[in-house]
Order: sequence, then structure tokens, then C-alpha cells
Amino acid sequence: MSATPTIAFDAERCDGCGDCMSACASAKSTDGNTAQSRIRIVRDDEAGHWGVALCRQCGDPRCASVCPAAALAKGDDGIVAWDAERCVNCLICTAGCTFGGIAFSADEGHVVKCDQCAGTPQCVTACTRGALRYVTAAKLYNRWGELEDLFVPGLGGCQGCNTELIMRHTLRRVGPNTVLATPPGCIPGMGSVGYNGMLGCKVPVFHPLLTNTASMLTGIRRQHKRKGRNVTALALAGDGGAGDVGFQSLSGAAERGEQILFVCVDNEGYMNTGAQRSGSTTYGAWTATTPIGDSARGKAQDAKNLPLLMMWHGCEYVATASTAFMEDFYAKLEAALEASERGFAYLHLYSPCTSGWRFPSASNIEVARTAVETNFAVLWEYRREQGLTLSRDIDDPLPVTDYLKLLGKFRHLDPAQIAHIERHVAEQAQVLCELAGMQPREGERIVCHPSDSMAVDLDQ
Amino acid sequence: MEQFDYVVLGASHAGLEALRAIRAHDADGSIAVLDREARLPVSPTVLPYVVSGKCAEDRIALRERRWFDAQRVDYRQQAAAAALDTANARLRLADGREIGYGKLLLATGAAPAIPPIEGLSDVRYHVLRTLDDALALRDVASEVAGEAGRAAGRAIVLGAGLVGMHAAENLVRAGARVTVVEMRGQVLPGYFDAAAAARIEAVFRDKGVEVLTGRRVEQVAPRGEGCTLRLDGGEARDADLLLVAAGVRPEVSYLAGSGIAVERGVVVDAFMRTAAPNVWAAGDVVRTPSFFGDGTPAGGILPDAVEQGRTAGMSMAGDPALQPYPGGVSLNTYGFFGHRALSVGRDAPEGTGPEWEVLVRGEEGGDAYLKLVLRDGRLQGIFGVDVLFDPGIMWELILRRVEIGARRDVLLENPQDAARALMSGLWR
Ligand SMILES: Cc1cc2nc3c(=O)[nH]c(=O)nc-3n(C[C@H](O)[C@H](O)[C@H](O)COP(=O)(O)OP(=O)(O)OC[C@H]3O[C@@H](n4cnc5c(N)ncnc54)[C@H](O)[C@@H]3O)c2cc1C
Ligand code: SF4
Ligand code: SF4
Repeated sequence: MSATPTIAFDAERCDGCGDCMSACASAKSTDGNTAQSRIRIVRDDEAGHWGVALCRQCGDPRCASVCPAAALAKGDDGIVAWDAERCVNCLICTAGCTFGGIAFSADEGHVVKCDQCAGTPQCVTACTRGALRYVTAAKLYNRWGELEDLFVPGLGGCQGCNTELIMRHTLRRVGPNTVLATPPGCIPGMGSVGYNGMLGCKVPVFHPLLTNTASMLTGIRRQHKRKGRNVTALALAGDGGAGDVGFQSLSGAAERGEQILFVCVDNEGYMNTGAQRSGSTTYGAWTATTPIGDSARGKAQDAKNLPLLMMWHGCEYVATASTAFMEDFYAKLEAALEASERGFAYLHLYSPCTSGWRFPSASNIEVARTAVETNFAVLWEYRREQGLTLSRDIDDPLPVTDYLKLLGKFRHLDPAQIAHIERHVAEQAQVLCELAGMQPREGERIVCHPSDSMAVDLDQ
Repeated sequence: MEQFDYVVLGASHAGLEALRAIRAHDADGSIAVLDREARLPVSPTVLPYVVSGKCAEDRIALRERRWFDAQRVDYRQQAAAAALDTANARLRLADGREIGYGKLLLATGAAPAIPPIEGLSDVRYHVLRTLDDALALRDVASEVAGEAGRAAGRAIVLGAGLVGMHAAENLVRAGARVTVVEMRGQVLPGYFDAAAAARIEAVFRDKGVEVLTGRRVEQVAPRGEGCTLRLDGGEARDADLLLVAAGVRPEVSYLAGSGIAVERGVVVDAFMRTAAPNVWAAGDVVRTPSFFGDGTPAGGILPDAVEQGRTAGMSMAGDPALQPYPGGVSLNTYGFFGHRALSVGRDAPEGTGPEWEVLVRGEEGGDAYLKLVLRDGRLQGIFGVDVLFDPGIMWELILRRVEIGARRDVLLENPQDAARALMSGLWR
């Protein structure tokens, strides 16, 4: 069974104009009457918002399970398709579906449902307010699903942690022709290097010191190259191993332009050893070493912006990504892998820590998404030839407090601390905006900075 | 003796859904599905459409053989269970073979109940549960309808449940004169409230069907090819075709001596486990508890068979996402003579307190009829004739005990959109 693209609905953006229904009706109905639209926008006056009734193309379609005539089935394309010739018009499917996704049409005399218009849903095209989105990430999941999973089953992560997702998907794409380094942290803690003498993955993996990951990978990559073997040197490291204790080796390798793909899984602290602060921990956050007491109010310093620091090394490629935006992550992984053939590639992933940040294990992706939507974690990409580009619009963020209130580690914040964080988030966003505004000049390669004098040609 | 990790008995809605749930969690365990029929699985629900000729009998299989192959399931036809030995985890088939199981699901459904009417066993009568039944009824229906030059024959249907009413409509459409006899005071008792039932009955009468509710057949006697029925009160009716549709009984003949408790169905817990180790049961074969915890009818419908099958399958495979089965909610989608009647949940009991609320529209013979039943502001039931709504959403609102008191008027006004809007917000 394969994953299916979905049509996502954002109630906040919907104003009930009904353009989607007109578009659907003119594409699908017998007479263009919106009553026949397969998507229904409905008003809940009580709650004061618009809602939607639309088929979700369920992975496990209950409409099909209850159909006595086998007239509904999920096809290889993921669409739950209706077969007019088999349907007996018993309407039991409408009892199986809890989304209002299939309903009797009086005009047509039988049940009707959405088929996503063969990949170009007309309702989405017609929606000018961005309330409907056609999310095709499923296609990528399907493609990724066909690649071999190079980690063993049963990694021992905390419940709800997204690191396993990051690890498995990264290694699937990077492939078997890889030497993997996983310095001390959550990743070997979850079993990347294995247990009891058994390997945790199907590629050569080693466990460097917290300090020397990039140096060891440098040696390994160079030696393989010397022997005529083109092997990807991949690091899966935490933010402590990358940006604090391990920073000198990382900085050195980046500055030398070693051909390494370095993935930093940033959970803003030393979470594996009991949630101590790191250089990436947010100002004001609770950690085991920045406690809350009579005078102590969490971390007293701002987080350093590690991905920006890496960009200033003039790497081949630097990007930030989030597991709430998988298509973006995949595209960046693709680009980073390719760039690591030429030089240093650095990918920074935001990884909300369910146990250390104190939020329910079911909301990891929600936390990750809110971090991005509030500009707390801005998604961007830097290529040596093109400079920095923002991956999504950051002009109209949600309030930072939407993010802060999700996390137990911020529960104690006072208004002054919240104002401090808001200011910091706004400043970082401003800096990134300015960097993104810069266009490279002919023949020059820019390491972004507002002032022209800072632009350097790395080939010199 | 052959041995499988899982044995599923009965390849219809409950069994097939259990299969899917087992495979979703256990990719490797060996599975056998045994069915007594010598053909691909067919839903009993589709049979009225076979009788009417709408469905060709070779186009109604719920699954093709290749589906079982793709699931790596050993699907066997003509494998009827004859006896169950729970102590040794073994099933004996009608042909004498034995099959050992790690876990067993009983999903053998139900069979027509034959009421104890004097003389019934001496006459030819029809029932409708299997494809063979349907084909036989289809053939005889056209004979009864009569050839040119001969008056149409009379068909009598015993029981005005869904099976009886579907059949009555088919027989009318085929051209027969039809009488429906129902013991209880309305048609479709337990499916629809009295007002909805009255509307449905009126349509049937309008089509020339004689509907006798609150009446009993006391005796049946042969009369040529057909029979004569004597009703309570002494009245008689001659029938060229007699269809017995007086409810169902669980198909449990093979459980004699197995120690598995049967009380109007196999007794199971909330995970569809029987009292015997490693034996589950689901679907029409089970005694389904009501979601409401009262005497409202539950079970005997397709959506319940599917829910129970899924619960059983997940429980058998040890799927951690397993949730207890919440109990049956009556749920019916019934099309008749171009009309549509829908019902979900229960009606308000007689003589209820102020916590119950009943809202009705179209009572006085308007085009459409709708009735909402609330208790403490929560939906208990909804009944409609020629008013569209999504029964699946109503079902979910009942199961989740969603507070809808403030929306009662919009729900009555436009149940489809109002419930969709509410549900859309709950899914978010
Ligand atoms: C005419 C008719 C109309 C209906 N209309 C509706 C409707 O509109 N809506 C609704 O919700 N429900 C309806 N129903 C009820 C619905 O069909 C059943 O609730 C549903 O089929 C139950 O599924 P099940 O899997 O439990 O049992 P069944 O579908 O009865 O399947 C039982 C299976 O077990 C097999 N079996 C039996 N005994 C043995 C044995 N000893 N060994 C091996 N295999 C065996 C049978 O061959 C069969 O394949 C209708 C039923 C009938 C008869
Ligand atoms: S109609 Fe409903 S149950 Fe069927 S696939 Fe669509 S959303 Fe799922
Ligand atoms: S109305 Fe058609 S598609 Fe829906 S359950 Fe009945 S036969 Fe299947």
C-alpha cells in the first residue's frame, strides 16, 4: 500500500468563498451545479469557522471495507476509486466514512467522491487564499520507501522523537556506499553503532570522540579517495558534538573544504545525558544545568546560530531543515549529498526533544512545524554560487508565544524573558532577510553580508 | 495435521477485515481462511440486487483470488467447519480433515431463523442468505410474476425487516402481487422509528403491496405448487411463493461440545475474545452488546461486522493500536422505490425524563422526515426519510458522545452540512 497525496485544508485561511466548489462542479458534475461538488465547504457558526467535507483517500478506507459490492478500492495510484458498474446504490459506504468524503448525489443518482483530478485538483487551483494545498509529500515517501533502510529495526529512541526519522531517511537516500560517523549523543544512544557486538546499521559505522568527528571523517574520506574509492563520508551528530565540543574539528574541516556531508540534529542541548545546556540552547530555557529557582531563570545567554556560523565558512552547501517540512528536507538532502562531492556540506535539522523539552510525545511534528511558522527556526539554504535563499516566506509569522507555550521548558518565562526571545527571533529573521536579499554579482561568489566589502571570491 | 498461526473461519465482511488487520501488523505469520462455499466470497447484503437482476452473479465477489495470494493467505473454499476442539486447538472440517491453529477467528455469520409455524416444514419456501438462495429466488420470482395471459401470482413475505422489505420490492418490480406479514407493530422494527416506518409503509402500500403489521401466521399448508397461510384471526392467504425473512440466528452448529458460550450469539469481550483460549469471534455470529448499554438492537449489520472483524484481527495480531470495541450502534441505509431512508442510533424510550429531547421536522406529511434524539445534549439517534446526511459522521458523533445541544436547530435544519462542519472541527 502506498501513501497518497492529500488535499490539506487550512480553516484559518478559508473565508467560505466557495470557488473550490464551483471549480469542482464544473470539472466533475453533470450540470456545473455546485451542489454536485465533491468538496464541500461548510460553516460552523457555533465555532465561528469554516470546515470541509472531502475524501482523504484513506490508507485504510472504511468506505471500501463496508462496501458489499466491492465497488470501492484503493488503487496503486493511492486514489480510492468508485466503480459505477459494480455499485448497487446501497449507501453503506456513507456509513463507513467519517469525513463526509462520499455522499449520495441526488442529481447524479449515485454516490460521488473526489478523485483528485488525476493529479491536478481543480479545487486547489481555484483557491486563491491558500486554504487548500495539494500536499504531494507522499510521493516522496513512496520513493524513499523503495530505497533500502540501512539501519536495523528497533532503534531505541525516546517515544515521539523525530531523530529516528531523520536517521533512517538520511541513510536511505545517502545509500550503502557510505562511511558513517555518529559521535556520542542520542544517535549512538538509539543504537546506530549497535549493541552487544552487533552493528546497528548496514554500512561501516564508527563512534568518534565528541570532539573529533569531522577530523576522523576527513582522514577516512581522503584515504578512500587515495585508494580510488568514492565513498560518502557522512556524520550524524548532535548540536553539542557539532557546535560546542566538536566545533574546532568541524570548523577546520569546513574551512579546508573537506568532502563531507555533516548532518547536525539539533535538539538544543545534551539531551542524551540528562538534558544539559549547550551553545544551541535557547535563552530562558530550562535545562538540568540552567535550572529554575529563586534567582535562576533558565539559560542566561542566547543560542548561537550554528548554521549561520557554518555558512560563513564558505561551505559548498549549508541548509536548515525540519521534519515538519519533509519535501524541503528531501530536496536539501539531495543538494547536500551532491555538494559533498565537491566540498563541505552542512545540513542543520531542528529536532524537538520530547523528554528534554517537556511536551507530549505525540506532538513532535507539531512543535517542529510551529517553530518554523513562528520564525523561531527559519528554513533557508546557502549555495556557494547563489548565496542564501529563504525556503519559505517569513514575512508573516505566527506569534513566537504560539511556539513557547507548547514547551514545558519555557513554562516559567516572565514577560521580560518572552520579550527578549521575541526580539532575538525578530533580529535573526531580519538578518536572514537581508542576507537573502543580496544577489551575487557576475564572476563573484558571495558569502552573504550586507556590506559589499565582505564579499569574497573563494577561488582566490 | 496442517497447522497455521491464524485460522479465519468465514470469508465475508468480518473475516476479510480481520485478515487485513492481521496482515497490517504481522507480515509473516501463516494464515488460512476457510469458507464453506465453493465460490469467491459474496456479501449477503448484495443479494437483493442479484434477485432484482441489477447484479450479475459473476461481478459481485468481495475479493478475487489474487488478493488472497498477494496477502499470502491460504484461502480455501468448500472448507466447512464441523467441530471445534479448543483444548487441542484444532478444527475438524466437514470432510474429516483437521487443521490446527495458533489463533482462531469465528466469523461464520448468521443463517435465516425459521419461526416455529405449524406446517412450515411441509411446504416449499425460500430464504435469502446465500448466493444459491438468491438465484433460486430470482428464478422463481419471474415465474410467479406470470407470463402473458395468466394473472400474476401472489408472493408472501414473512417478516418486514431489511431482507423482507428488499425482497418485497423486488417481487413487486418483477410483477408479482405481494403481501408482507410482520409480527410487530410496524415495518422495519428496530431499524426505524414508528414515524419513518409509517412513511416507508405508505410507499409500499402505494405500490400495491399488502402490508399486514401486528399479525401472525398461525399455520401453513401445501396448496399445489404453493401454499395457504392462515393468519391470526382466521383469515387465509394463498401464496405461489413464500419467503421467510423472520430474522437470523448465529451460524454456530459446529460449536456444539466446544465449550464456547452461545447466548443469542457467541459471547465475547470488548476485544472479541471468547472464553476459550486463542479463539475470537466477530460479525453476525456474535452476540453484540449495545453501545448504549441498554436493550436497543445491536449487531446483525455490515458496518458492525467490519468493526468487530478489525478489532478481532488487531487483538489476534497483538497490534498495540488496538482499542476496545465500543458496542454496536444501529446503522441503516435503506433505499426503496427511489426513496432513501437513513437511521443511526436509538430512539427515545417510552416515558423518558427531561434529559431526553426529541426534535422532529416534516411530521405532518411533508416531503421529508427527520427526527433527532438527544440525551443530555448528546446525539442518541437520527432517523430520516428523504433527508440526506452522512451516517458515518453521525455514528462518530454518537460514539464520541459529542455535545451538540447548541447545534440542535441547525442540525435539524440541515443535518448534512451542520454535522460536517462540526466533525471537520473535531478532526483538526
Ligand atoms: C438480504 C440481506 C440484506 C442485508 N442488507 C444489509 C444492509 O443493507 N445493511 C447492513 O448493514 N447489513 C445488511 N445485511 C446484513 C449483513 O449482510 C451482515 O451483517 C454481514 O454480512 C455480516 O457479515 P459476517 O462476516 O459476520 O457474516 P456473513 O456475511 O454471513 O458471512 C459468513 C461467512 O461464513 C461462511 N461460513 C458459515 N458457516 C461456515 C462454516 N461452518 N465453515 C466455514 N465457513 C462458514 C459463509 O460461507 C460466509 O462466507 C443484510 C443481510 C442480508 C441477508
Ligand atoms: S470516502 Fe471517506 S473512508 Fe473512503 S477513502 Fe475517502 S475519506 Fe476515507
Ligand atoms: S453505494 Fe455503491 S460504493 Fe457505496 S457501499 Fe453501496 S455499492 Fe459500495
